[in-house]
Amino acid sequence: MKKIETTTDATLVRQYLDGSEDALSKLINRHQQRIYNFIFSKVFDRDITEDIFQDTFIKVIRTLKRGKYNEEGKFLPWVMRISHNLVIDYFRKNSRMPKFEGSEDFNIFSVLGDPALNAEKQIIKDQVETDVKKLIDELPEDQKEVLYMRLYKDMSFKEIAEQTNVSINTALGRMRYAIINLRKMVEKNNIVLTN
Amino acid sequence: MQKLYSYQKSKSEPLKPKESTIEFLLSYSKALSVMKYKKLAFDTILN
Repeated sequence: MKKIETTTDATLVRQYLDGSEDALSKLINRHQQRIYNFIFSKVFDRDITEDIFQDTFIKVIRTLKRGKYNEEGKFLPWVMRISHNLVIDYFRKNSRMPKFEGSEDFNIFSVLGDPALNAEKQIIKDQVETDVKKLIDELPEDQKEVLYMRLYKDMSFKEIAEQTNVSINTALGRMRYAIINLRKMVEKNNIVLTN
Repeated sequence: MQKLYSYQKSKSEPLKPKESTIEFLLSYSKALSVMKYKKLAFDTILN
């Protein structure tokens, strides 16, 4: 039959205050799992849990040795409160809430993504678009017209041909020359049009 | 050949602090001494 632990926390605390280091060892052994699980349930990280657990007991030891402990019979709730405060301190210091990091097999960030461009990419995109517009402005009028209708107004070559009173082949030819000319200008001026 | 899956042990282990952490705390407790002078308390770590 398992021997029932009869020594109360209050007795162990008193023994520790009287100089028995063994009493502290018993107190830690008795409550380590509960306190450790409590911290881990908040931070979800073994290393951080280890740190907070250690800091909790450093605080416990210092308070006991300074003779400032006066909550006889409520040792565990007192230690839990210390660890709770340290967990809050940790989150305050990192100014963030618990995050889900996933495991090696599954990373949440491979599923979730931020489709919006960041500031740098947005600036590059704007710059590229401005450069392209400037280049288009340099094209002959007939080619510029076809290119605008095709790319910016999303019209079909049939519609472009009808609107500009030319055959579809002419419209296609103008588009082709517009692109060739744009490429030539890009190469000549060493313009980088990549994001 | 049939595999005996029933002999596999569960990989989950209870969450407990490392042995080294406990040892550190016990050593810290042994090394720490608090000296009191009037209303002041001074911590001393003995090597």
